[in-house]
Amino acid sequence: MNAQTLIFYFFATILLFAAARVVTARNPVHSALFLVLAFFTAAALWIMLQAEFLAIVLVLVYVGAVMVLFLFVVMMLDINYDTLREGFWDNLPFALLVAVLMAAEMAVVVAGRNFWANGSGVSPVIHGPEYSNIKELGRLIYTEYVYPFEIASVILLVAIVAAIALTLRRRKDTKYQDSAQQIAVRRNDRLRIIPVAADNKLRQKHEAVEQTEKQS
Amino acid sequence: MTFPMPNLTLALPEIFVLVMVSLILIVDLFLSAKNRFVTYALTQITLLGAAWITVSTHSAVPQYTFSNMFVDDAMSDVLKLMSYVAVSVVLVYSRTYISLRGMFRGEFFALALFALLGMMVMISANHFLVLYMGLELLSLSLYAMVALQRDSALATEAAMKYFVLGALASGLLLYGMSMLYGATGSLNINQVATVIQNTTGNHVVLTFGLVFVVAGLAFKLGVVPFHMWIPDVYQGAPTAVTLFIGSAPKIAAFAFVARLLVEGLQGLVQDWQGMLVIMAFLSMAIGNITAIAQTNIKRMLAYSTISHMGFLLLGFLSGTLNGYSSSMFYVLVYVLMSVGGFGMVMLMSRQGFEAENLDDFKGLNQRSPWYAFMMLLFMFSMAGIPPTVGFYAKLSVLQAALQAGFVWLVVSAVLFSVIGAFYYLRIIKLMYFDAPQDETPIRPEGDMAMLISTNGLAVLALGILPQPLMALCAYSIQRSLL
Repeated sequence: MNAQTLIFYFFATILLFAAARVVTARNPVHSALFLVLAFFTAAALWIMLQAEFLAIVLVLVYVGAVMVLFLFVVMMLDINYDTLREGFWDNLPFALLVAVLMAAEMAVVVAGRNFWANGSGVSPVIHGPEYSNIKELGRLIYTEYVYPFEIASVILLVAIVAAIALTLRRRKDTKYQDSAQQIAVRRNDRLRIIPVAADNKLRQKHEAVEQTEKQS
Repeated sequence: MTFPMPNLTLALPEIFVLVMVSLILIVDLFLSAKNRFVTYALTQITLLGAAWITVSTHSAVPQYTFSNMFVDDAMSDVLKLMSYVAVSVVLVYSRTYISLRGMFRGEFFALALFALLGMMVMISANHFLVLYMGLELLSLSLYAMVALQRDSALATEAAMKYFVLGALASGLLLYGMSMLYGATGSLNINQVATVIQNTTGNHVVLTFGLVFVVAGLAFKLGVVPFHMWIPDVYQGAPTAVTLFIGSAPKIAAFAFVARLLVEGLQGLVQDWQGMLVIMAFLSMAIGNITAIAQTNIKRMLAYSTISHMGFLLLGFLSGTLNGYSSSMFYVLVYVLMSVGGFGMVMLMSRQGFEAENLDDFKGLNQRSPWYAFMMLLFMFSMAGIPPTVGFYAKLSVLQAALQAGFVWLVVSAVLFSVIGAFYYLRIIKLMYFDAPQDETPIRPEGDMAMLISTNGLAVLALGILPQPLMALCAYSIQRSLL
């Protein structure tokens, strides 16, 4: 076992642990933070596969942006997580049984000698330091893979349309601001000078006092 | 390096639909609720235009473009045409229903067209990645359409279930595809097929991946044991959306199986045949038996869908060209019947009333003999009773399976379809021999009345003369799946 394999297993163990904790942690904030850890170790694994660009994007986009948003949402929404967990322990034995069965079946297949006997036979090429990940990715995306790339953009468009269609609702009781109207307002639209009766009485009283003072 | 410009004319229908959806999204912004019919008209024009382009660019030999990721062959042209027709009919049926329920919005039509685009991408895919992207495009649009009725708790729940299970299925599918990629070193369907054919000896990795791919496919088709989402989604979604999900996407699902299993993994036919046998048997059994216990017609039709998908697999598992073309015939006929069946459910519904329960169909013959007759035709066809077309659809897949030597499977299929006939015939009994529960007259809009009559008569006419459609299926399969 060389150093690289050792590092791989190190990160893989952390990744599996973090992923398991995402599901089992009681506190949702802890789950979100464990998800951050899972993303981070996955990025480390990608770096070992020489996919540096993807690893950096994973950290920047998922850890940096998406997960922070996610944490905000978790903190802002007042969800009772105990009701969400209802039935978790009741269903656990059955779920465990299925999971163990599946894992055992997969282990039998993967551990068999035949599984490793014939892959495609091509081991990955190890590139030198001058090899640019971004350049290769860009070249492929805009030439060979241009069709799936375009479809991906359409999928994003659908996501926007769907999100707006599901959340944008004009409610009658909500007050909206019209900034153009706010800017174009004049003093006379808003301000009205009202003669106040109490004020007049006070002035008369004041004047009367002054007059008596003068007379005396 | 040099890169040849892809031949865009082959993908012209897709490009046209995409441009038109974008146009519709923008035009819809400037329309008031009163003028919303413009969106509807533009959508129908898009379907018509796409059909015209598909027909006029048809060629008998398969042509490839976009680095062999896109294929334009006879099968893709026929399936695309049928998808346009299905979506167009669905929109005509849905128009009154959705406008009475506040869903007559631009997004409904835009999402429907996006879903159609996803189907077209799947139908023309020649690459695992493209297949997956098309599937996601279709699924995302469908999730949103199910949830479009925001105030209905049932619809929201259905959308959540659909979304979570759909994501799980996508995960299974991707995992399987990654295994296949590891074993063959390619994602291109033709290359995968060549590599598999040249592999000698053991292919454990391939089989390992295949299991996950078939599980993912089964989820999307909705066959047992991956059928749990179908009844809930069919019942919970607004009927217009249920109608949509039950129609054109099934054609795309057929294309998905044909491209992936038949074109890509034909070399592993021995392996996937066995899995399909189990799934087909269970689907026909559970679908038909559970449907008997339903009182909600949408739920009943959902279970009937599961059993029909089991029959669809019968053609595939025979592993012959004849079998594939009978499966194609089956899926087209199924779409024709299910569009009619759900169309009738919407025809019976009106403002503030959903004709969801079987009892709502009581005494339909007294309220409107013509529509009762139409429903009778759809139910006969679904049960597979001659002279409707459903009979020939069942007959051809059974023949294909019989030729492949699955005698016990064919016998049990016939038994289950006899059991299934019970719940179809029960609706006919309710319509003709029971007294109506409410006497509200049924007055559909003119275009819907005409179309549903055409739909019903088509079921009958194709049952008397099934040959042209069968020949079309055989032609497109023989030209495409070599």
